[in-house]
Amino acid sequence: MTSFHVNGKAVEVDVDPATPLLWVLRDSLGMTGTKFGCGMALCGACTVHLDGKAIRSCVAPVSRVEGKRVTTIEGLSTDLTHPLQRAWIELDVPQCGYCQSGQIMSAAVLLAENPKPTDEDIDEAMGGNICRCGTYPRIRKAIHKAAQLANAGRAK
Amino acid sequence: MSAPPMVGRREFIRTGAAVGGGLLVSLYAPLPGGSSGPLAAEEKDFALNAFVRIGTDESVTVISAHSEMGQGVYTSLPMLLNEELEADWSKIRVEAAPVDKAYNHPVFGMQMTGGSTTSPAEWERYRKMGATARVMLVEAAAARWDVEASTCRVENGVVLHAATNRRGTYGSLANAAARLTPPANVPLKNPKDFTLLGKPTLRLDTPSKTNGTAQFGLDVMVPRMLTAVVARPPVFGGRVAKLDAREALKVPGVKAVEQVPSGVAVIAERFWPAKLGREKLIIEWDLGPNAGLSTEKMLRDFRETALKPGAIAKKTGDPEAALRTAAKTVTAEYDVPYLAHAAMEPLNCVVDLRPDSCEIWTGTQFETVDRANAAQAAGLPADRVLIHTTLLGGGFGRRANPNSDFVVEAVHVARAAKAPVKVVWTREDDLRGGWYRPMWHDRFVAGLDADGDPVAWTHTIVGQSIMQGTLFESFGVKDGIDSASVEGAADLLYGMPNLQVDLHTPKIGVPVQWWRSVGHSHTGFSVEAFFDEVAHAGGKDPYELRRKLLANQPRMKAVLELAAQKANWGSQLPPGVGRGIATHFSFASYVAQVVEASVGKGGAVRVHRVVCALDCGLVINPDTVRAQIEGGIIFGLTAALKTEITLKEGRVEQGNFDDYQMLRIFESPEIEVHIVPSGESPTGVGEPGVPPVAPALANAIFAATGKRVRRLPIRASDLA
Repeated sequence: MTSFHVNGKAVEVDVDPATPLLWVLRDSLGMTGTKFGCGMALCGACTVHLDGKAIRSCVAPVSRVEGKRVTTIEGLSTDLTHPLQRAWIELDVPQCGYCQSGQIMSAAVLLAENPKPTDEDIDEAMGGNICRCGTYPRIRKAIHKAAQLANAGRAK
Repeated sequence: MSAPPMVGRREFIRTGAAVGGGLLVSLYAPLPGGSSGPLAAEEKDFALNAFVRIGTDESVTVISAHSEMGQGVYTSLPMLLNEELEADWSKIRVEAAPVDKAYNHPVFGMQMTGGSTTSPAEWERYRKMGATARVMLVEAAAARWDVEASTCRVENGVVLHAATNRRGTYGSLANAAARLTPPANVPLKNPKDFTLLGKPTLRLDTPSKTNGTAQFGLDVMVPRMLTAVVARPPVFGGRVAKLDAREALKVPGVKAVEQVPSGVAVIAERFWPAKLGREKLIIEWDLGPNAGLSTEKMLRDFRETALKPGAIAKKTGDPEAALRTAAKTVTAEYDVPYLAHAAMEPLNCVVDLRPDSCEIWTGTQFETVDRANAAQAAGLPADRVLIHTTLLGGGFGRRANPNSDFVVEAVHVARAAKAPVKVVWTREDDLRGGWYRPMWHDRFVAGLDADGDPVAWTHTIVGQSIMQGTLFESFGVKDGIDSASVEGAADLLYGMPNLQVDLHTPKIGVPVQWWRSVGHSHTGFSVEAFFDEVAHAGGKDPYELRRKLLANQPRMKAVLELAAQKANWGSQLPPGVGRGIATHFSFASYVAQVVEASVGKGGAVRVHRVVCALDCGLVINPDTVRAQIEGGIIFGLTAALKTEITLKEGRVEQGNFDDYQMLRIFESPEIEVHIVPSGESPTGVGEPGVPPVAPALANAIFAATGKRVRRLPIRASDLA
């Protein structure tokens, strides 16, 4: 048995401890917002937060998260109010949308650590996330927009 | 009763009550010589074929005949319909259509999504559906209030009668409207009266794509479902000679190992044990006739073949004579590799096969074809096959497979599994699974007169046919010429008095398929890069020479001039930065792009800026048009700078995003998109952004370094 928290909820799974967290989330817990893209930490589609840090869940054995806190796209907000979600919607970022969970989860860690990222900071933080539809120009704009929204929220 | 309004040749709009109340506006397409009784068929079709369902709860559900793969049709089709319906936009929902002839593509006659055709093809149909519903809701209100329908108007989902100050919501009128006879002829709005079409409109599917709720094929779960992966032959056309599954079957969670026509299926409780089980298989393969395939050798063969005359696709004037008498000739050869679509969502398909039915969940671009192929594999009549089209995590043509390879295989696996099963392809399976953009070679000879103007242009193309041997052969292959091989070359827009395009179509055992922009993905590159060479050979500015030869193409000339103007063509650039220009006509749209790029030490290419102008006729959602062009440019740059599929001893050498690399955010240039205002009918936008960017980049590299790029992807070693 492996025990950990997902989006604030305690969970327990009975799988081979070498099973990647991605497949535990998707197949054992039925949480399909986190996506499979490459299985080798090359594309970022499976990005989730482990104790607040972005990790690629496709290469993280579930044993690594024992006793820890995992946040997935489903846990970012319950009502689409996270500044990144608001910015993503306002700027119509997604096309096919498949990579966007991972993009948003990578961006969330960037903004948590750096409330006013520059273009270079965005390149650095988002370089591990591939988008085949080519939404990069909008991702960049939306991260700047989300930073503004978050800062405006804090200033209130 | 008046004759029902015609939409297609044999199709009629039908209306009626929705199950549970409300109004349905449907399309009834009688099947010629259908086996069931006409009334039974009518009733059944009637319930299935809705395009819009207006609920008594005020919900408005638009049924999409086309798949959403990122191109925004789940927003643009509702926009078309609601321009006429005028329901409250916030109440609009979208559903994927089931498979039915009523949802056939109005031009291609089958249910499908591709060829950048959704907006052009549905431009009238969805508006007519919306208009029919509106007219009936108004008639229902007028009858209820005992007033003339012409004295009522609609606003935001409400019918209003000003003189008596009465109002009725669409939901409250839906049941009454469903009992009326649909109008014979519904006039559509004049485009100048549009209030929704042409306005930037936020996509309806974005919220679900920012919180993990959007459901792709890979996310489908059905009760009792197992998961399978398939070990496929390492060489195209290979077969299992000997299988030892003993170790695989020992992996906890593996339920069965079964041979299927495409290889060996490992069926397990979940994905991970299936994958572990596959790693334990011991398979001896009979590699078959393709075990010696080598793209390096093919490249040499293609180049040799191009020296011989091919089948004539286009000939005007007397190019041979014109070349003989030309003051100067220019010759160049271009090569592009096989390319995989590499959608972010690897291929997958869920099948629940029962003795008398087959239910399929997948992201597909090809419902009609998939249903027919799945029915054959299942041994069932087509009407016993149900397809649920999910969102596609990218398509780019791969999910429009004439053989329905990923669907048919899943039917076979489901039969072996004796349970509902999801077949999952890993990234390696997906990249090595074939159905690539063909490898192509293009050889040109141009003749210039004494003033440096081109007077002759010959273009020899070598590459596999996409449509030969498929059900599209009669549609796309004539006199040995696959139109997809020569598109963008045989229909050259530049005025050229003597022109010849000829084609060699080698037969090679690598499965090939349409890939975003299809043949234009090689002709766009080769024609526009060669045009640049011709301009320079004649001492002409490549922009000015294009303008001159587009004198009879006002729409292309206008986008060319707009792109050049927005990019400040001719102005000074920082040292080391070059500017290149290209145009390309594809999917009935006119596109011009200007690229600014530089080459660093070691040959590393940096793309700084891309300026694009396009004319795609009337625009439905400008924001979506921009997004498609931005995405097309990045897709095209990935092909220009990064990707190739190569084969050695029949084996694909690439497997994942480490050796088949995508352009990333830090390599992505600044992109500007300028749309030419137009009153013409809408044309394609999903693909036309792709072809011009590789040649514009190649031409920019020449401007920056004096080095010609004649082979994609661009290699640093060629520029160092």
